[in-house]
Amino acid sequence: MDRVGRLGSIGDRGNRVAAEAKVDPMHQFQLEKLAGADWNIAGYNIAFTNSALWMAVATIALIVFVAGGMKRQVVPGRWQMAVETFTGFIDGMLAANVGKNGKKYVPYIFSLFMFILFANFLGLMPLGVVGVHPFTFTSHFSATGVLAVLSFSIVLIVGFAKHKLHFFSLFVPHGTPVPMIPIIFVVELISFLVRPFSLGLRLFVAMMAGHVLLEVLSSFVISGGNAGPALFLIAGLPSFLLMVGICALELLVAGIQAYVFALLTCVYLNDAENLH
Amino acid sequence: MPQIAQLGEFYSSQIFWLLVFFGITFFVVGRGMVPKVMETVASRDNQIAADLKAAEAARAQADAEEASWRTRENANRAEAQGLIADARSKAAAVTAEKLAGVQARIDAEIASAEVRIAEARRSAAAEIEDVAADATREIVSRVAGLSLDDTAVRGAVKENLVHG
Repeated sequence: MDRVGRLGSIGDRGNRVAAEAKVDPMHQFQLEKLAGADWNIAGYNIAFTNSALWMAVATIALIVFVAGGMKRQVVPGRWQMAVETFTGFIDGMLAANVGKNGKKYVPYIFSLFMFILFANFLGLMPLGVVGVHPFTFTSHFSATGVLAVLSFSIVLIVGFAKHKLHFFSLFVPHGTPVPMIPIIFVVELISFLVRPFSLGLRLFVAMMAGHVLLEVLSSFVISGGNAGPALFLIAGLPSFLLMVGICALELLVAGIQAYVFALLTCVYLNDAENLH
Repeated sequence: MPQIAQLGEFYSSQIFWLLVFFGITFFVVGRGMVPKVMETVASRDNQIAADLKAAEAARAQADAEEASWRTRENANRAEAQGLIADARSKAAAVTAEKLAGVQARIDAEIASAEVRIAEARRSAAAEIEDVAADATREIVSRVAGLSLDDTAVRGAVKENLVHG
């Protein structure tokens, strides 16, 4: 009897250890193949993953959002007003950073900003309550890197198409003393070439850090709760309150990171359009 | 860190699907919908600008019309004042003329009346003289028994009448 009880408690402890082990802050970034494990293009696997699923969700949500603002009324309703606010925001950002040449980039910057914004926000939705686990694909540099490379490629293409080899004058700021030109050129070139990395990594790191933090704090809440009421009061409850605040902060970060990505792309496009 | 641990397995899938879905976003939303939304905004802005311009033009026209109405009104008023003054002076002239005519008639009537009065007075005086002369002669003839010469009586009466 005693032995059974002890065994039971050991088993309980084992379960608890297993439950604790499950709160892995990095588990949320795990990619899983949902379909097409054997889909290949030229030998490269293109399985449909949970990441791809949430890209699709973001795309559909974005299409629904913008389509809802397409009533084209002279006096806009709320939805149309919201969509027009976003297009006006992007238009204004390009006008401020690139000038009137920037108008043609509105479709790209709008898509970029809204795609990242929707991805970030969807990843923060408390859908776990209803059993769906949102996946934030912007917390993967393999995704943000593609967007960064895309933006950087557009900058390069526009820059060289518009200014030919004169584009290299971008790396020699006005007024640089002649003996300094070789060094400055190298420094500017490096800072230019770092741009796609900083662009992609910034978004990835910001999103990942926030999600890890939320997960770590939630593990405090769960572990504290499992360890007894005293520890729950000391550690669990403050962690929970902190989580509430950090959730709000993460919503802000989600918007800011999308904005920063779009804004920096605008700034880089300005270099390509107008040199400096 | 699954981002790195799973990179080798999933990078092609990540890149492929991101390009697919971002491509859909770009072509459907960015190229398809955003220009229409911005066109709506631009057409609204144009319409507002046009409306404002039309309102401005209408106001300018209203101002011009008011100004022209005002000059017309002023001219009309001046004309009316002129007419009134004219009529007033004309009426005054007519009145004065009429008054003058009446005055003349009255003066004439007064003059003729005075002539008549003077005449009446003179004839009355003559009659009184006659009567007085007769009475005097009668009185003298009765009292004194004298038969006086008519001319002498008359001269004495006239003298007495004149000197009271």
